[in-house]
Amino acid sequence: MSTPSDRLYSESHEWYQVSGETVTIGITQYAANELTDITYVEMQSPGTAITAGDSLGEVESVKTTSDVYSPFTGEISEINEAAAGDPAVLNRDPYGNGWLVRLNVVDATAPDTLMDQATYDERYPLI
Amino acid sequence: MSTTSEMTQTPFHKYHVEHNAKLVSYAGWEMPLLYTSIIEEHRQVRTSGGLFDVSHMGRIRFSGRDACRFLDRICTRKIHGTAIGQARYTIICNERGGCLDDALVTRLDENAYLMVCNAANREKLLQHFAREKGEFVFKQEDQTTRTAMIALQGPKVMEMLSAFSSEIPNLKRYRSTTKSLLMAKFIISRTGYTGEDGVEVILPSMFAGKAVEMMLKNVDSPDMIKPCGLGARDSLRLEAGMALYGHEIDEDTDPLTANLHFAISLDKGIDDPEVEKFIGQEALRRIAESGPARTTTGLVLEGRRAPRQGMAVKRDGQQVGVVTSGCLSPTLDKPIAIIRIDAQHAEDGTSLGVDFGKQIQEGTVTPLPFYSSR
Repeated sequence: MSTPSDRLYSESHEWYQVSGETVTIGITQYAANELTDITYVEMQSPGTAITAGDSLGEVESVKTTSDVYSPFTGEISEINEAAAGDPAVLNRDPYGNGWLVRLNVVDATAPDTLMDQATYDERYPLI
Repeated sequence: MSTTSEMTQTPFHKYHVEHNAKLVSYAGWEMPLLYTSIIEEHRQVRTSGGLFDVSHMGRIRFSGRDACRFLDRICTRKIHGTAIGQARYTIICNERGGCLDDALVTRLDENAYLMVCNAANREKLLQHFAREKGEFVFKQEDQTTRTAMIALQGPKVMEMLSAFSSEIPNLKRYRSTTKSLLMAKFIISRTGYTGEDGVEVILPSMFAGKAVEMMLKNVDSPDMIKPCGLGARDSLRLEAGMALYGHEIDEDTDPLTANLHFAISLDKGIDDPEVEKFIGQEALRRIAESGPARTTTGLVLEGRRAPRQGMAVKRDGQQVGVVTSGCLSPTLDKPIAIIRIDAQHAEDGTSLGVDFGKQIQEGTVTPLPFYSSR
């Protein structure tokens, strides 16, 4: 699956799609491949206040457990309940049905540390 | 992943690449973690058949006059008296009764034995053997790099092999035979590390690719036997309650604490001066006499989270043990853990919790194995 160009990427392998004051967040295909079969997803509840750098929740695979981070400050507005019920969707469709949380942000300006699709793909090519 | 240049590749490396394996570094070897999905490969082995490259395992041959006596000195199991072709699971202990490794020792011939040990412990064992050799007269040969090893595991494996040989499906468990094919010798043993029926095959490196091709050509459909990686091998052995070095056993954990009583001959050589006593025997006898303070058992948890090695096991808020291995069991569809725990809390049915940091997940002590094919 190709990496979508309509969003930004972090060194810790999350993607962030900014739309007005809402940021949708998930993990990349590269991350899903590295984690291997994802078996458990638990995000913080809607309404939780998030400060940039906070963990939004955990993604667990056969191999390991990994936190999902936000570089944005805001409040969780929605979590993907379907992904919690079928964690393997993160392996199958990480950029679509495998999204994790939506955040209502105060300032939607993306931090400089995030990469565009071309930079991310160059740095973390899918084998 | 990390740099692959310093890793040893097995004779099946090309096969792994052709089958899109995700390769990882494991004990200095470049090994397939998975080909498609760890869970799919796990189910493939439970329902049909899987092919594992286990060439990274150490293969050390002992032969000559004192080979048997030396092996009895270093192995907790009795090697004296094993039949030709018979394989025995054994522990190799230090003087304190801690585990240097676990291994399978097969008697190949009148005076020849093959030890299969863990990849990560091979060098350590070779040094241990050199230290303990003393007056024993025998020849020791590390055959690891010039041989390859595969495991074929799953309920349909023996049926598949019957097309290839009439003798192999009639092998008893923990028995082996030697076959000649392509002018090379193959050692085929009805053993494994998955909890399923199947065989492990040792063959010369140079025939590795060709041999697999020949064996798999008898397969009715390509789905019958599929390549499986080390990821599935780990979850399969965990469900089968089998120990893994570095998890259930290590140099500070004795095999009685690890609940591996079946692999220890505490009386070895005591009534028979012909048979050597083993290193660690006195220490283990003392532990057995007083009863080990801790034991090893299973825990089935609620929820969906996978327990991990090192997590605390608690009872009424107090730590009483530790997780040595854990996963979300693909067969049971529940989280399972092997735990090392104070003996008084190990009774079947006891409610215990695993500390995940932010929460305690409840579980019930359940005897090993979690899964048995029989």
